[in-house]
Amino acid sequence: MSTTAPIREAVPGTERRSRLDVEALRRDFPILARTVHGKPLVYLDNAASTQKPTPVIEAVADMYRNYYGNIHRGVHELSVAATDAYEAAREKARAFVNAAEAREIVFVRGTTEGINLVAQTFGRQRVGENDEIIITALEHHSNIVPWQLLCEEKKAHLKILPIDRSGEVRIEELERLITPRTRIVSVAHVSNALGTLVPVQRIVEIAHGRGVPVLVDGAQAVPRLRVDVRAIGCDFYTFSAHKMYGSTGVGVLYGRSELLDEMPPYQGGGDMISSVTFEKTTWNVLPYKFEAGTPNIVGAIGFGTAIDYLSKIGIDNVNAHEEQLLDYATRTLSAIPGLNVIGTAREKIGVLSFTLDHVHPHDVGTVLDQEGIAIRTGHHCAQPVMEFFGIPATARASLALYNTRQEIDALAEGIRKVQRMFR
Amino acid sequence: MGELRDLYQEVILDHSKRPRNFGDLAGANRRAEGYNPLCGDRETVYVRLEDDVLKDVGFRGAGCAISTASASMMTESLKGRTRAEAEALFERFHDLITGRDGESKTERPDLGKLAVFSGVREFPIRVKCATLPWHTLKAALAGEEKTVSTELTEGPKAESGGAA
Repeated sequence: MSTTAPIREAVPGTERRSRLDVEALRRDFPILARTVHGKPLVYLDNAASTQKPTPVIEAVADMYRNYYGNIHRGVHELSVAATDAYEAAREKARAFVNAAEAREIVFVRGTTEGINLVAQTFGRQRVGENDEIIITALEHHSNIVPWQLLCEEKKAHLKILPIDRSGEVRIEELERLITPRTRIVSVAHVSNALGTLVPVQRIVEIAHGRGVPVLVDGAQAVPRLRVDVRAIGCDFYTFSAHKMYGSTGVGVLYGRSELLDEMPPYQGGGDMISSVTFEKTTWNVLPYKFEAGTPNIVGAIGFGTAIDYLSKIGIDNVNAHEEQLLDYATRTLSAIPGLNVIGTAREKIGVLSFTLDHVHPHDVGTVLDQEGIAIRTGHHCAQPVMEFFGIPATARASLALYNTRQEIDALAEGIRKVQRMFR
Repeated sequence: MGELRDLYQEVILDHSKRPRNFGDLAGANRRAEGYNPLCGDRETVYVRLEDDVLKDVGFRGAGCAISTASASMMTESLKGRTRAEAEALFERFHDLITGRDGESKTERPDLGKLAVFSGVREFPIRVKCATLPWHTLKAALAGEEKTVSTELTEGPKAESGGAA
């Protein structure tokens, strides 16, 4: 329990002190004031989706109220204003991950669509019979299944870079795994099930050294880590707005323009063409070639506002806050007898998965819910990870910039209540 | 939302910790698998069926307190019943936990101890846990090969298969 007020998360003696005024930030999130089953909401399911701050909620409402129209279409005032705002959001996303050009930022529905887009365009173009695709053993289903579909279609092979018992990727195996038939390496930046921070820069170095392009699934990284796609050096990077305080149904696929230029379109429709006749259709320029149909205009604008919000707070401050809180949560929960932390990588962020002896995670989730505590239970769309650890499921607490030590204490008390109940 | 103690009644906690009729069933001539992958619950139900009577019923597997207790108490409730009686009991049990009990005018089997599951109706996402062993039993009696899952068929979908 912190004794200082107003609360500033800081551990004496640590070098990276969080400079967040968390209590003030919490007031930006209206939902955090509500109760659940008569208890104050403790929202620890942020890896699934984060809550939304007032500026994002207002930006969405403001567009619907004041300047809504379709983009890239008309000459009329509303269409022009909507187009400007939509393209401004693209520029914000570009700057946030330090892409070279805005045309390298493709708006998609989310990370899942970003990966599917690459698999179905770049992948279909480059992968043939007996070729190989490499992923790691800690991937979310969204970075497994699109490649399986492609492998099935092309009679190609999916190879798995293993993890060790701590949940770290065994990167030393990558050299051996890559062959002249390897066409792409696709890896998560941060594991949603374990919290492992994957050394993607090193993976890119190794893969590029062998001439193999790399896609990075950044869904769990971008909300809590400074990401620079050019420093990482990856060929593709994809992430979702809803996990970083923005709207659902929108995300970004970053791709190096040389690659995007060579790739065929993903879907056909309006906005992705420059001219259509029944004989021949020519594609629009980047990024519009990949944005068929009316996109999630309002979502993209909310996304832009979320990026502004995060930038103002400072992603490094968010990172420091979550790092300290994860450290506190790990110490607090590890001290509970019968609790097993799943995923003990040296570098971990945002996520704390655990099991309790003799209690199924689903029962843990139900009891905690009655205490107003929202966590995720189940396989977290990462069934191969569960299989690796020989467990059917875990309970998972995942952090955001608005979480506090008091909330971790409430979680620990809730877990002790679960244990008393099922003793 | 109901109280936790209504869901996790002492009898249910007892059966979840010390399940009855647990393990392979000698002489079983019917069996089926139940698996809810989102939860990770997995149960195999065994039946020794003779002349349309469930002479013996057992199960093995691992799951949450609700599915384990439900399987355990199901096996106790069904021994010696005919197939038709078993199906009628499941129908009444299902109505109880989905809050539809009392709607039927026809004479119905007595739920006996199974009535302790009435608290489930206040927790709709747990209906799939309580019914997994029963649906699996039904599949066993029907000689169905396919693994049974109740995640898409019972109650509101507890978890998205897509979100991380």
